[in-house]
Amino acid sequence: MAEIMFWEAVRRAHDEEMANDPLVICMGEDIGVVGGTYKATQGLYDKYGPERVMDTPISENGFTGLAIGASFLGVRPIVEIMSVNFAWLALDQIANSAAKVRYMSGGQLTSPVVIRSPGGTAHQLGAQHSARMEKIFMGIAGLRVVTPSSPRQAYGLIKSAVRCNDPVFINEHELMYNMKGEVPDKEYFHPLEGSEVVRQGRDVTLFGYNISVHWAKQAADVLAKDHGIEAEVIDLYALNPLDRAGIAASVSKTHRAVIVEEAEAPVGVGSEVMAIINEECFFELDAAPVRVSAVNIPIPYNHHLEKATIPNAKWVVQAVLKMFGKG
Amino acid sequence: MNAADKKRVLREMLYARRFEERCYEAYVERKIGGFLHLYPGQEACVHGVMEAARPGHDYVITGYRDHVHAIKCGADPKEVMAELYGKETGSSKGRGGSMHIFDVKHHFMGGYALVGGPFPLAAGMAKAIKMKGGDEIAICFLGDAANNQGTFHESLNMAALWKLPVLYVCENNLYGIGTRIDRSTAVIEQHKRVSGYNIAAAHEDGQDVEKVYAAAKIAVDHVRSGKGPYFLELMTYRYRGHSMSDSNAYRAKDEERMWSKRDPIIMLRDRLISAGAISMEEYERMDKEVLDDIELNVIKFSEESPEPSLSELTKYVLAENDPWVRGKKVS
Ligand SMILES: Cc1ncc(C[n+]2csc(CCOP(=O)(O)OP(=O)(O)O)c2C)c(N)n1
Ligand SMILES: [Mg+2]
Repeated sequence: MAEIMFWEAVRRAHDEEMANDPLVICMGEDIGVVGGTYKATQGLYDKYGPERVMDTPISENGFTGLAIGASFLGVRPIVEIMSVNFAWLALDQIANSAAKVRYMSGGQLTSPVVIRSPGGTAHQLGAQHSARMEKIFMGIAGLRVVTPSSPRQAYGLIKSAVRCNDPVFINEHELMYNMKGEVPDKEYFHPLEGSEVVRQGRDVTLFGYNISVHWAKQAADVLAKDHGIEAEVIDLYALNPLDRAGIAASVSKTHRAVIVEEAEAPVGVGSEVMAIINEECFFELDAAPVRVSAVNIPIPYNHHLEKATIPNAKWVVQAVLKMFGKG
Repeated sequence: MNAADKKRVLREMLYARRFEERCYEAYVERKIGGFLHLYPGQEACVHGVMEAARPGHDYVITGYRDHVHAIKCGADPKEVMAELYGKETGSSKGRGGSMHIFDVKHHFMGGYALVGGPFPLAAGMAKAIKMKGGDEIAICFLGDAANNQGTFHESLNMAALWKLPVLYVCENNLYGIGTRIDRSTAVIEQHKRVSGYNIAAAHEDGQDVEKVYAAAKIAVDHVRSGKGPYFLELMTYRYRGHSMSDSNAYRAKDEERMWSKRDPIIMLRDRLISAGAISMEEYERMDKEVLDDIELNVIKFSEESPEPSLSELTKYVLAENDPWVRGKKVS
């Protein structure tokens, strides 16, 4: 098992899938000659040529729709939308074409397209480059949504998404491309449904996904070391569908839940997980579930203001202590 | 088109007209729900183009005014009508409705309800054809008002840039719902709008199926021979309102009268009669056969077909039992 960076894991998945199947292609802005804003497709243009590694015009709805149309005839496109903020422009084709075509054709047609996009709040990029859009995508029936928290997941999720016959949106994070992690040397296909227990605990469950898994893990270490609280950490790498059984199993064990999300609270992962807890295991609860979410504002440019907007491990620790009456 | 082809096309266009008129009745009887957009007046467009193309082989995609396009590609009219009835035997198993007819086995890749949505999908199918090395082409039929969507410009640019085998057919019926083209569009001649993308284009009378055929032949040959995309504008008119909920009060009576004199079916019929290829009696017999077929086969089938089962309400959302959803370790 080798330690590689997140972007290298993404690149490796592209490379292997393109080598495996001549109908796998990738497209996006600056992904070819330049190799991708985050190097996710570096070297592939030289290896596979311009027909399969396509630098697109700045036409998000257009090239996403083009990829979807190609997928109707068996091509397996991996689309990179340069920043999730630009995916708003492609929502028409993602939601109206890719996600609905199987249903409205009575199962005749399917769109096995993969759309990856980095989102999240990085460093002082301002309101129009800091969106967290997972809440938008996870509410679309017919669209799978996954979000990797590690190089291993990034690699394995892309590979499964390419092979799967459904459209899959992969939500990545701008701050995570240089993160290091172990990725199996042998081929590995990560499940597109379910969740992962990344730390066992008995006192409270911390739910995270993508970058917030890391805040939850850091918080769990502090809680154990300084406060004698053993937190279980669950990685919700699949946001649509969410792992109802996994969520219920952990809460039934710890009887307490904190959901950690990078996005603002309204209509998000936190509210959805809370609803699932209510529906699946309400009577197991010893305390009302709590969300740790971003402040509900457009993301400010100023460094101090930005920092005060996005959650971190400290916020998680405080939320747990408050839940235990120690805050 | 030889004499036999013309006669067959006359019958097909007549069938399309009677089919749509019967949809109107069924809608009034509340057998058909939702939005219903009918095609009368525009029959020469899809028939002329598809005579020049290869129905069932070339990939066709269009908007919500899609029944006749599906049938011309080879869809069984019974299944199309059953879809409008919302029945399990419908082309989309009752899940799609009038605006979402699909018949993938005949390469009719669907009707889509978002104006402009099919433009990039057609370009993408053309990309797939090119990669797979087939001799099919992608054909996208849309209206005039659709050309004001961003997808029109984005798709034309990409289709030209990558020399994709796609034919865009603009059925210019002068209106987007009730807004006349000169009130929505700065450049009225649609074929002129594509010159900025260096795409071959032409315009033709969309009421004369023989002229449409001749223009489409050039267009189809251009695309199939690998010369890249083509844009064909057909001047046409719809005889009914935009949809069933349209009062149709916005069009001048003179304008309607003028276009009704250019009925594509009557024009072809009269030409065939003067050429001695068909008699009035033969035509009337043809009409009777068409009406009987629609009533005795198409409507009967749709009436008698079962409703979809509620137990299958959530089927067709995601792939069933897709092994990759579970992931896999390779050792
Ligand atoms: C994105 C979008 N905007 C608006 C509508 C509502 N709408 C349906 S059809 C139509 C007019 C389209 O006219 P045109 O493209 O000329 O086609 P025609 O109906 O004349 O065949 C409008 C505005 C829609 N379906 N989709
Ligand atoms: Mg129109």
